[in-house]
Amino acid sequence: MQNIRNFSIIAHIDHGKSTLADRFIQYTGLIEERQFRDQILDTMDIERERGITIKSQTVTLPYVSRSGQEFELNLIDTPGHVDFTYEVSRALASCEGVLLVIDAAQGVEAQTVANLYMALEHDLTVIPVINKIDLPSADVDRVKEEIENELALDPEEALLCSAKEGIGIEDIFEAIINRIPPPAGTVSNPLKALIFDAHYDSFRGTIISCRIFDGSVRPGETIRLMAQASTHKVEEVGVFLIDRKPRKELSAGEVGYIIAGIKAVSDTRIGDTITIDNRPALKPLAGFKVVTPVVFSSLYPISTDDYHSMVEALEKYKLNDAALVYEKDSSAALGQGFRCGFLGLLHLEIVQERLEREYDQSFLMTVPSVQHEFVMHDGRRVTVDNPLYYPDPASIKSSLEPFIKATILIPERYMGAVMKLCMERRGVNSRFSYPTPGRIEMTFEMPLAEAIVDFYDRLKTITQGYGSFDYELIDYRESDLTKLDFLVNGEKVDALSIIVHQDRARQWAVQVCDRLKEEIPRHQFKIAIQGAIGGKIIARSTVSAFRKDVTAKCYGGDITRKRKLLEKQKKGKKRMKMVGSVLIPQSAFVAVLRSDDEQ
Amino acid sequence: MSNDIAAGLYIHVPFCIRKCPYCDFYSVTDRSLISDWLTAFRQEVSLYEGRFSSFDSLYIGGGTPTLLNGSQVTAVMESLWSTVSLLPDSEITLETNPDDLTQENLALYRQAGVNRVSVGAQSFHDEELRYLRRRHTARQTKQALSMIRAAGFDNVSVDLMYGIPGQTEDSWIKSLECALSFDPEHLSCYQLTIGEGTVYGEMAAQGRMVPLEEEKERRFFLLTSELLTERGYLHYEVSNFARSESYFSRHNRKYWQHVPYLGLGPSAHSFLNSTRWWNTRSVTEYCQRLAQGGSPLAGEETLSEEQYFLEALYLGLRTREGIDKTLATGHDCILDQLQSAGLVRVTEERIIPTREGLLVADSLPLLFTN
Ligand SMILES: Nc1nc2c(ncn2[C@@H]2O[C@H](COP(=O)(O)OP(=O)(O)OP(=O)(O)O)[C@@H](O)[C@H]2O)c(=O)[nH]1
Ligand code: SF4
Repeated sequence: MQNIRNFSIIAHIDHGKSTLADRFIQYTGLIEERQFRDQILDTMDIERERGITIKSQTVTLPYVSRSGQEFELNLIDTPGHVDFTYEVSRALASCEGVLLVIDAAQGVEAQTVANLYMALEHDLTVIPVINKIDLPSADVDRVKEEIENELALDPEEALLCSAKEGIGIEDIFEAIINRIPPPAGTVSNPLKALIFDAHYDSFRGTIISCRIFDGSVRPGETIRLMAQASTHKVEEVGVFLIDRKPRKELSAGEVGYIIAGIKAVSDTRIGDTITIDNRPALKPLAGFKVVTPVVFSSLYPISTDDYHSMVEALEKYKLNDAALVYEKDSSAALGQGFRCGFLGLLHLEIVQERLEREYDQSFLMTVPSVQHEFVMHDGRRVTVDNPLYYPDPASIKSSLEPFIKATILIPERYMGAVMKLCMERRGVNSRFSYPTPGRIEMTFEMPLAEAIVDFYDRLKTITQGYGSFDYELIDYRESDLTKLDFLVNGEKVDALSIIVHQDRARQWAVQVCDRLKEEIPRHQFKIAIQGAIGGKIIARSTVSAFRKDVTAKCYGGDITRKRKLLEKQKKGKKRMKMVGSVLIPQSAFVAVLRSDDEQ
Repeated sequence: MSNDIAAGLYIHVPFCIRKCPYCDFYSVTDRSLISDWLTAFRQEVSLYEGRFSSFDSLYIGGGTPTLLNGSQVTAVMESLWSTVSLLPDSEITLETNPDDLTQENLALYRQAGVNRVSVGAQSFHDEELRYLRRRHTARQTKQALSMIRAAGFDNVSVDLMYGIPGQTEDSWIKSLECALSFDPEHLSCYQLTIGEGTVYGEMAAQGRMVPLEEEKERRFFLLTSELLTERGYLHYEVSNFARSESYFSRHNRKYWQHVPYLGLGPSAHSFLNSTRWWNTRSVTEYCQRLAQGGSPLAGEETLSEEQYFLEALYLGLRTREGIDKTLATGHDCILDQLQSAGLVRVTEERIIPTREGLLVADSLPLLFTN
């Protein structure tokens, strides 16, 4: 155990966490140079493309120290976005120390601070690493000042490196073995292992990533997942050397995997404790939490023929992402679909992209919604996350919606614009602090609903990319909510309905009517688009009719050509949704979500 | 299938003196190929011996069929008589360019059996004719029309064009009136179409020619329809008008009703029993292939039920006969909408486009597909 170190890298987005991890892997020679793909730990395409880490992965790095000692360094990769905070927290619970990576040019950012706090909560040793020192704009002295002032860490402990150029890597390894304590734990105690990740393998089923705190586990033993209260027979244990390497046993202090014939990832819970069934630990490790979705949206296959393929895709997807919840949903306008719950907006986007890319699905997504609560006159409380189930307004006594505490870190010059955005989005109780000269940290409370549609994009635009945003759910508050419907030629497009605050209803209605007007192609007749609350029309727009399209000639040679054109248009029509007599292209459903400034 | 319905026969004469900038018909300007074409044509006719039972319409189009002299037309006819059977009372149309017509060739055409003459007048204004790069003048057209009547033709159709740059509603009405003064049995009024692969098409792509605005196109169309209807013509297809039902173009209606037709000559299309085939768009290839005892086919398709249905919708909705109501089963909501927008009339059995409906005939069919 003395030769084991368990650590994570934490950083603000883009400060170089993945690049540094790659450098470590390369340094230890785990894979041959030519096989080396950049950012080897981010296996999913989207991660690679967006350069964000979504799903944590783990690797065991063999390291021989300058003094000739052999070590096993377990690098536990953590996801870097607010939606995945809980997973970060579980990953950190498996470590004794962290590398806090800070961009030498950008300096300390909102998430650097948030991550540091999380590490400190877990009593971890923190090693500040200033990365990207190769950049001409690198300002190590300023960053050191920030480390001292904003993070209250000793700037002299900070290591300098360039992950890109491979500078300073060995110093980091030495700091890891010298400063981070080896894991504690007793091999002879009953097994206590923390599940910090799980993923699905089509051959082996669920692969659990875990950290052993006490005891040991070997193939053939029967394990018990304590929160889940399920038992499974262990088939294989081992460590991650990029690929899985089976071992005879995993014991206290180690980080590795367990395969135990578990069918779906959702049969395991991140944060749960594994013990041995016939010699169980008395108490599970602390910190198990059921993650609950906060953002909801419905997915409808573009072509109704694809419904079954989508059922399958979701089932498969779910094997790998336990956080996604979904159930059947159906809309008069869009047919059969699914209501899905997500951890947050980023999670929603990731699910959307992965379903499209990896599972080859094409579908429409409705406007994201939060979970509202309604107190009825008869005293019942009803929770609604789907506008389709908005209760009869006459029976509602009061409505509540979830509020968040938003933390925004911006250069001072954007303060006015951000304040304005915050007001528009019904922000209250704003507070300011000045962590460093020129920078402002704003916190305020606002409805989650205001943050989930087009908030982060707007923030990035008005701060020219300098603003960072983080949030946490705080409570439910009473709010003047109403349901807004949209009609085309008198037919309700139920998939566009949303539950909104009274004060925001008109603005949203006008925006949606305008967007629909742009997206719905002209028909042979006029199309009236209306936004309505109950029977009251609060916004409208009109798509004028086209009144001439006929081609003059149609003789022998023209017929086939024209039919082919119609066949093409007919295919296009399949990708539209017929509501009454109006064809609505899928782009219209996407457009209502689009940010103002993308137009 | 329709072996008991008489078929239509089309002959494509692929020669023109020069190419008009708006034209997308297949034709070449090298007239030295005419005699090869004639030989190949005879060969092609023989390939179809026995395939079609009988014809009751013949349409000699192009190109410019009047570049054939009287004896060449006679030669064409003779090779037909020897292989295919043309019913008595067949409609035999010849497409003509006004400046090619003389008393002599008109008499020969008539002798050869032509009983319907279509005149490519296009306009009765010389500036417009020059813009269209036509060879003839308005005067020549008037003379030609008089000669045609004098030669004894009692079924005459005049082709006119609207939407010509520079044309006004007034000048269009004058052209129409001028044509009407010859009391044609039939009129085809086409909107100038800027097609891909034409000179105008290229000019439009370069922004040197601006297509008419939707509202102006509408005005021309409506004006034409109203004026001709008022003068007693039946507006029976998007671009076609006839003085009475008996003057509907028997030949062209076969295209619109999936009646069998045989097209001979380069680029010509044929249709029989749900199969459509077409010839190569090259005179030289056409001649070579036939000379070598081969076939001039360039392509063939057999319509699936769905394709047949789509065409029936499309073709039907371009005519005042409309479509059978059963073709729109399950689309009541759309029908209501179209009726209240004044685009179709619904009778016991048929759905018939109104004048306004004909204007959007290209997009109506899709409303009735699933
Ligand atoms: N110049 C320079 N660029 C670097 C260095 N390290 C990383 N980068 C670049 O910075 C960008 C972000 O690096 P990543 O490693 O993807 O950052 P990350 O922190 O993993 O980002 P997330 O996965 O989103 O958390 C990439 O374009 C890297 O090439 C460095 O030392 N020097
Ligand atoms: S419009 Fe007639 S004359 Fe002009 S090129 Fe076309 S076929 Fe020839």
